[in-house]
Amino acid sequence: MNISELLLAPLNYPFMVRGLIAALMVGVVAATVGTYVVLRGMAFFGDALAHAILPGIAVGYLFSGGARGPLFWWALLTAILTSIGIGAVTKGARVKEDTAIGIIFAGMFALGIALISTVRSYTVDLTHFLFGNVLGVSNSDLWQTGIFTGLIILTILVFYKEFLVLSFDPVLASTLRLPGKFFEYLLLVLIAMSIVVSLQIVGVALMVAMLITPAATAYLLTSRLPKMMALAAALGSISGVVGLYLSYYLNMASGPVIVLTTTAFFLAAWAGKTVQLKLRAAAG
Amino acid sequence: MVLERLQKSQVMRRGADHKPGAPILEVYGLTVRYNGRPALDDVSFQVPTSGRVAVVGPNGAGKSTLFKVIAGVLEPSGGRVEIYGDKPGGHICIAYLPQRSQVDWQFPVSVADVVMMGRIAKLGPLRWPRTRDWEIVHNALRVTRLEDLEDRQIGELSGGQQQRMFIARALAQEAELMLMDEPLAGLDVNSQDDILEILKFLSQRGTTVMVAMHDLKLAAEYFDQVMLINRKLLGFGKPEEIFTSNRLVQAYGDHLHLVEAGDQLLAVSDTCCDEGEIWREPRPTRSKRHEH
Repeated sequence: MNISELLLAPLNYPFMVRGLIAALMVGVVAATVGTYVVLRGMAFFGDALAHAILPGIAVGYLFSGGARGPLFWWALLTAILTSIGIGAVTKGARVKEDTAIGIIFAGMFALGIALISTVRSYTVDLTHFLFGNVLGVSNSDLWQTGIFTGLIILTILVFYKEFLVLSFDPVLASTLRLPGKFFEYLLLVLIAMSIVVSLQIVGVALMVAMLITPAATAYLLTSRLPKMMALAAALGSISGVVGLYLSYYLNMASGPVIVLTTTAFFLAAWAGKTVQLKLRAAAG
Repeated sequence: MVLERLQKSQVMRRGADHKPGAPILEVYGLTVRYNGRPALDDVSFQVPTSGRVAVVGPNGAGKSTLFKVIAGVLEPSGGRVEIYGDKPGGHICIAYLPQRSQVDWQFPVSVADVVMMGRIAKLGPLRWPRTRDWEIVHNALRVTRLEDLEDRQIGELSGGQQQRMFIARALAQEAELMLMDEPLAGLDVNSQDDILEILKFLSQRGTTVMVAMHDLKLAAEYFDQVMLINRKLLGFGKPEEIFTSNRLVQAYGDHLHLVEAGDQLLAVSDTCCDEGEIWREPRPTRSKRHEH
């Protein structure tokens, strides 16, 4: 088999084509939003939010008797409520933010698994929720992913300078009378939306990797925000496609292989950067 | 040389007009408590338009708190602040320059990006910077002698350059009141001089500059007025009137050591972070800069 056959063979399966398109879009949207997650030190929040969606999915799953369409909206609702809830617990309960996140994250995740476990025969679906099911992407899923990807990217572009100032210097944002609260919550909603959009590709347990690993790799390689976003988006989508091909040929679960691909890119960039710095130090 | 560049520049055109004779800043009975403990207690003062005010006091005296209330970032527990006779909110003519230690210097932005952030209130939502905004940014960079560094990532700058970058941002914002939190801390003497020279020019052009600082000697030498605070306002006026041994002991308490050195009184404080605070009572001849 030559290279073009290697690349084209999986495309004979319509589910592979749909999976590749989904992985491409999810790679772009998760990594772009993830740029802010990385810069603002919200990785734990992102991980927790992804896990906390599970009870929402479980409730939707129990109500709709296995139909996938409504799950998206249940997940989105749960994600938005959780991100606002974490803020409320931090302020109201006077505990540190990471403690508040930890409490809600574990509680919600446990609730989700408990709910799903009431349906004995459906452990396969639990695995799909946890680790993704990229090959189960339907045409309507693709449309949904496409619309939300467009919406999220458009919002990030339109409010580029507001998000930039708010992330770099919240005090400046406040003295310039930017509606800081509004943009804080808007960012949380964007993170929630991109997590839900990515759910089918990597699942809740590995979601944080799609958010932060490509963005962190880009952070190592560039020192300008627009370049970092573009590079993160490119790395995210390439990882999605490469990971899906690898999982096809290695006969492994696609979600974990996609995540491992992002990790490999990060390690390569880190090693390259270290060598470059050593060489520069030796030369100078 | 810096002064010439400053005078040629266009950056310093004033923003909105204000009532003639109205003080830029009035503070009445200002009290701020954190978890019940007072950080500022019943502080009242008035700053007339333009001039340089050094705000001095030991660590934890409430200098940063005061600035944050004036900037409208922090709600006071009691009392009020008026900017041109109005509440702090809504005034984009105030610039708060953060302490360098509060900034993420690894953030992926260039010097020009940060200075452009000063323009976003004037730009308004859904607008990208226009030619005029870039002109203002470039002028601000020229004034602060950063034009050759505008494309650098901010972490590559020296401490003095980083501080000048925030001054440039305040210029781009067309601020009339600049609140600078410890701009001289950790800088070498040359970098301090650069900044003091820029501040002098800004005040000549009508900008009011309030600077939180530790070095009492620099405060006395380079500022029109000094404000001595330690939770309470202990004095506000000309340096020679405020820096008396009585008031200094009141401000610094046991941490202040008064030493008779020849014909002058030497006040040494050990409260400061990494550098001691030294103040000599004024004498007729201009003394040399104190070296740390």
